[in-house]
Amino acid sequence: MSEIRTGIGALAGIGVSGGVASGPLLRAGTVPALPSPAPVKDVLAEVERALAALAEVVADLGRRADRATNATVADVLRAQAMMAGDEELHESVREAVLDGGHDACHAIDGAFASFRAAFEEAGGYLAERVADLDDLRDRALATVLGRPMPGIPAPGHPYVLAARDLAPADTAELDPEQVVALVTEIGGPTSHTAILARALGLPAVVACPGVLDIADGTQVLVDGDTGRVATGVAAVPRTPARAATPAGPTGPGRTADGHPVKLLANIGSAANVAGADEAGAEGVGLFRTELLFLDRSTEPGPDEQAAAYRAVFTAMAGRTVVIRTLDAGADKPLPFLRQEGEPNPALGVRGLRIARQRPDVLTTQLAAIARARADTGADVWVMAPMVSTVAEAAAFADAAHEAGLPRAGVMIEVPAAALRAAALLRVVDFLSIGTNDLSQYTFAADRMCGTLADLLDPWQPALLDLIGACGAAGREAGKPVGICGEAAADPTLAPILVGLGVTSLSMSARALPAVRAAVAGRSFDECRKLAQLALTAEDPAQARKLTT
Amino acid sequence: MPTRTVAVGSASGLHARPARLFVEAAAAAPVKVTIRVGEKKPVPARSMLSVLALGARCGTEVTLEADGDGADEALAGLAELLARDLDAEEPGDV
Repeated sequence: MSEIRTGIGALAGIGVSGGVASGPLLRAGTVPALPSPAPVKDVLAEVERALAALAEVVADLGRRADRATNATVADVLRAQAMMAGDEELHESVREAVLDGGHDACHAIDGAFASFRAAFEEAGGYLAERVADLDDLRDRALATVLGRPMPGIPAPGHPYVLAARDLAPADTAELDPEQVVALVTEIGGPTSHTAILARALGLPAVVACPGVLDIADGTQVLVDGDTGRVATGVAAVPRTPARAATPAGPTGPGRTADGHPVKLLANIGSAANVAGADEAGAEGVGLFRTELLFLDRSTEPGPDEQAAAYRAVFTAMAGRTVVIRTLDAGADKPLPFLRQEGEPNPALGVRGLRIARQRPDVLTTQLAAIARARADTGADVWVMAPMVSTVAEAAAFADAAHEAGLPRAGVMIEVPAAALRAAALLRVVDFLSIGTNDLSQYTFAADRMCGTLADLLDPWQPALLDLIGACGAAGREAGKPVGICGEAAADPTLAPILVGLGVTSLSMSARALPAVRAAVAGRSFDECRKLAQLALTAEDPAQARKLTT
Repeated sequence: MPTRTVAVGSASGLHARPARLFVEAAAAAPVKVTIRVGEKKPVPARSMLSVLALGARCGTEVTLEADGDGADEALAGLAELLARDLDAEEPGDV
């Protein structure tokens, strides 16, 4: 490690979730690098050392399983423990030391590598479990090397979590009672860290180089609005974004002069409806249906699907629910679709494109949605992800109408669709802009690539141009144009989006109060002027400067 | 040698929880049981990693083999477990 910081100083990153919090900083244990091979003097002691490390990994996973309050999480941890305690694995470690003369680290690495290869070869679900094997290997190596276990610390007191980046899997371990703020070295405004932080209402800073050089336990102050991380400062009371606007406006979203802007929630299941209600959401702007399909080798049947949709429609009775058909592929592969071997999944068969190969999946889902709608009488709008052409949109709308669903729309995630927004609105009832993917495809920048985070900034004028094109088309057609990407959760950007012609903003429920306050703070005319100013900017920084 | 061939009944295949239940049962058996898919190499049924690496999906036929006292009973119990849809029995599913 380079220089370790403990003194007074400040680091700069990108603030992606507002609020200020302070606490001692703890780093997520990092993946240990495999050291250079070392000569083994006492092979029996070396076998002992390797097997003791695996035993400690098993014991640690067992303790975590015992502590886990969620039965599914506990089950997963126990299955992981069984893998680390596998006798064939131990045998292969023993052989690598005794016969191969390898040190404990290389013996462990080699033993996992052979199973890793077998998992990769089996493909599908097992190929996804390769990450589990890598995690077990990393834990065993960290133990041999006397390093902290990779993963999220749980010290039993509030702290600021620092990490290189956070993966969706980390969310299971992250305890919001202990973690008061997030800082990551890489990542961008649409990375999982940002999405997670907004969902949990935690201040967060991403793309903050140097944060991992701060010594564990150093008091830091994280400002999620400015992106500043100060070290060596006194503790301050926590002021998260959601508490910053406690006395803000309530009721339906509207500008200062009463122009309505629907404020909606993004949800994944009926479990999220309570949070949406608490935040005063006027409806659901994005009901993701992937949750039902995850980790399945066969498609959920029509009854199971209808039951899940009915649960949400019933809970949202009297309000609009925009439900998105299955958005699988790319970063969300589903085992039952067996999509192995795509050279570039982000540009492959994903979203609505799956209907080219498996039209039955869409037909079944639309029928299940229609049934749940008929049972509940809810105001259900259905939309398709990853639409690029008018022909695709028209085919989807036809399929939805045929299933008995009166309102069909499409997501705008591909520049081709944004450029033809007016033509799309001749065949569908509404548009919903997914800004995360629209950024990714407009700037040809992978959402997961931290070094390109600046390209994925939702304030990029080119992205705002495309949003403006959709807004103009919606105004012309008299049809709704919403945003359901993370850009909708940025309170400072909200007035600009409204000025670009967006009629609804859908976001994590926790972001709603701040966005409602931001929209209420400007007249519609001001919003339009701010939008025009932002479009004249050369880059995101200038766009922010001109409008705030 | 006593042998039983059975199709995997769990919807998600011989993965995750179904695999764990099977491996636990195999480890508790009084005899060493092996499992294989088709004519591929048999692997120890009490090895979680080896069982997972079979890549058996729902409907895949697997063959169990064991020798010694109690082999027949052990195979019958394990075959019955494999044939069931263990995913459908999952508690606390979210």
